[in-house]
Amino acid sequence: MKKSKLTFLMALTLIFSLFLAACSGGKDEAKDPKPEGNDGTKTEKPAEPQVLNLTEVAELPSLDVSKAEDAASFQVLNNVMEGLYRLDKTDKPVPGVAESHEVSEDGKVYTFKIRKDAKWSNGDPVTAKDFVYSYHRTLNKDSAGSYQYIMGDIKNVNKIINPEDPMYGKVEELGVVAKDDHTLEITLENAVPYFVGLTSFATFYPQNQKFVESQGDKYALEANTLVYNGPFVLSEWKHEESWKMVKNDQYWDKDSVKLDEINVNVVKDVGTDLNLYNTNQNDLVGLSSEYVDQYKDNADFKTETEATMWYLKMNQKNPVFKNVNVRKAFSQAIDKESMVKVILNNGSVAANYLVPANFTNIDGEDFRAKYKDGFHAFDAAKAKSDWEAGLKELKKDKVEVEFLVGDTESSIKLATYIAAQLEKSLPGLKVTLNPQPFKNRLDLENKGQYDFELAGWGPDYQDSMTFLDMFVTDGGHNRMEYSNKKYDDLIKSAKTDLSDLKKRWENLQEAERILLEEDAAIAPLYQRGRALLVKPYVKDVFKHGFGADYSYKWAYIEGKQ
Amino acid sequence: MGKYVLKRIGYMLLTLFIIASVTFFLMKLLPGSPFNNEDRLSDTQKEILLDKYGLNEPVPVQYVKYMTALAQGDLGISFQFDGRPVSTLIGERIGASAFLGMQSLILGTVLGLILGTIAAIRHNSWVDYSATVASVLGLSIPSFVFASLLQYYVGVKLQWLPVAFWTTWEHTILPSIALSLVVIATTSRFMRTEILEVLGQDYIITARSKGLSNARVIVTHAIRNAMIPVITILGPLAVNLITGTLVIERIFSVPGLGQQFVSSIATNDYPVIMGTTLFYSTLFIGVILLVDILYGIIDPRIRISGGKE
Repeated sequence: MKKSKLTFLMALTLIFSLFLAACSGGKDEAKDPKPEGNDGTKTEKPAEPQVLNLTEVAELPSLDVSKAEDAASFQVLNNVMEGLYRLDKTDKPVPGVAESHEVSEDGKVYTFKIRKDAKWSNGDPVTAKDFVYSYHRTLNKDSAGSYQYIMGDIKNVNKIINPEDPMYGKVEELGVVAKDDHTLEITLENAVPYFVGLTSFATFYPQNQKFVESQGDKYALEANTLVYNGPFVLSEWKHEESWKMVKNDQYWDKDSVKLDEINVNVVKDVGTDLNLYNTNQNDLVGLSSEYVDQYKDNADFKTETEATMWYLKMNQKNPVFKNVNVRKAFSQAIDKESMVKVILNNGSVAANYLVPANFTNIDGEDFRAKYKDGFHAFDAAKAKSDWEAGLKELKKDKVEVEFLVGDTESSIKLATYIAAQLEKSLPGLKVTLNPQPFKNRLDLENKGQYDFELAGWGPDYQDSMTFLDMFVTDGGHNRMEYSNKKYDDLIKSAKTDLSDLKKRWENLQEAERILLEEDAAIAPLYQRGRALLVKPYVKDVFKHGFGADYSYKWAYIEGKQ
Repeated sequence: MGKYVLKRIGYMLLTLFIIASVTFFLMKLLPGSPFNNEDRLSDTQKEILLDKYGLNEPVPVQYVKYMTALAQGDLGISFQFDGRPVSTLIGERIGASAFLGMQSLILGTVLGLILGTIAAIRHNSWVDYSATVASVLGLSIPSFVFASLLQYYVGVKLQWLPVAFWTTWEHTILPSIALSLVVIATTSRFMRTEILEVLGQDYIITARSKGLSNARVIVTHAIRNAMIPVITILGPLAVNLITGTLVIERIFSVPGLGQQFVSSIATNDYPVIMGTTLFYSTLFIGVILLVDILYGIIDPRIRISGGKE
């Protein structure tokens, strides 16, 4: 029996020693103050360290300009690369690699002057030929990047990427020509007014032919198999783990760049992200709705409004939604103010419109100025009378419809609220939720297999057209059998006749009015916002409504110590 | 022995072939395309892209092409991470998962075996009861709850250990502890039951009557015999730990493979779905074989070649 006691004691000691070993490791960690993990790197500098620490939810899928297709990659590319122009604080295009440009009288030919001091991070000059090469590489028939379509405004692009067309694959027919090393001429199909802003988008960045070819299959797969021409260079890329951007000494405007280092770690869990933020290892964290209440009184709490719109798509394949009174009833039945305050709670704004506020303007006038409050605001009584008129026409007193929504916790929560509001305002209506993962939802939408759907859209380019042309008859994003000739004609003329921009502007405003007021084809819900915590010492990180989310070119750290 | 192993490897390849085929056809039933911006593309654009990736060919043709490449050891190129070979992708991520898995397996098994043995020896005492309670808790508390608690109290409040990331050994401690909980609980329960059973066997009585010390009886006779069932569960447990650490990897931001597997399915990254499935299957089947061989080493009564007698 004595022996067994001894074994027991030995075992116990072993367990304790294991735990002690773990704990002593911890104490070492506590000794050097890790929160400012970047301290001491630049102690000789009098000012405080210009280091920004960030997190991203996923590994970067692709940094190849010709293939990038996701927000995280666009975000990095926007800061390590530069197009002809770049977006500033208010999303206005400011000169990037191009120092200036001229437009021909008919608005179709843009001549960009490339600045002489623009350089790649390996010292090569950035020339007009780098743009031509990059666009050719993107549109080449072997490249298969899914963002080719965004170049569609350039002459012959749609023919070059279409296998049915005789011009297929003939990139030399592209309307982009290098007149000399510092002059780039781009010819458009139509004189679209937003082209300069579009050149800030990742797909329009230049690529260094000599470098691309020297890397072969390895191009853009690692930090050192890519050359950069933006404010920063990618100095380290640990896949699935982290990446680091440091200031680019070859950048033509390096004097404007104040940050020395940007560290980005992959953190997939919001709870973890917050724990890192609270231990000063992360300077900015996006809050999912369940955390908003907990943090909304925090001094670092902020909200941003994005240019993304959410609305209900009502599928007219279903006879119930073929009825305009039913659609009008749906548009007016939901208390959107309470929805954005109570359910979303993240800076989202209730919307009765499709083209977001503060997104596009002409001569300083916002697109929304004419119909500031939109159409069919919440009005339960009006909704009820429209609903009753609709039911009478349909000869029904009860209606059951299915509501297609995303399967995330937040969309189900939102959809439950919307369904309850609809059922409350519209007697005799029964709504069943059909939550689906993103790809499934898209599939059902494309096949038109839904009654009504919670859908959203963000802009592809800086023009109200990116929202309005979705619903033309048989359009790729219509998928709800909506059709109105008046609306189609207005969109068509705004797309092809760009001689009078003021008139075009009015036509687009009218098209929105027809879509929403006359036809109530979709029921707008809200303009999306985002809640976040930002450390007070992070200054001038600019948020964009189009393209990449943030620019760090002008950002700096002040007051951290 | 050699012949047996060869035969088993033959079966292994057959199993893998079946898994690959079934997964391939099931995967093709997933809706959608592998493009991140699918909602932006018109039908024509989608057709063009699918054509370029060879995804518009009939599924049987795609299947033959894939299997031919697979037979030559080519797992293909990821769609989601454009241009990156699937084998590189798995290689880059398996390191962290394997390290985390092995470390928690070792920690968990050692602690579990000790606890289980002690509980069995001190059968029906307070030690036994508290070990039982502890292991029931360990099995019933989901590891993500335990992980979040550890992260918050040890990482944020006490600041003894890093909250997340995967840079130094200190960073591996919290995820390993969180992950080993279930191993401790499982192995200690098993070990306790087995030891109790073994202690009642005739050969233990023989050993004791030979005058062997209690410690010697436990270590050389009881533990060795009790190990066999434990090893059986250890195999699958090891594979689970190496591959199925998804939640822990997520909470502690470990750059592992678990998360990758799930995201490849969500993004329709066909080559990665195939690659990771085959990798996991190979690992699983391999471990089962290894366990069978280990049996023989630990217990001569089930020597594999015994069939010939």
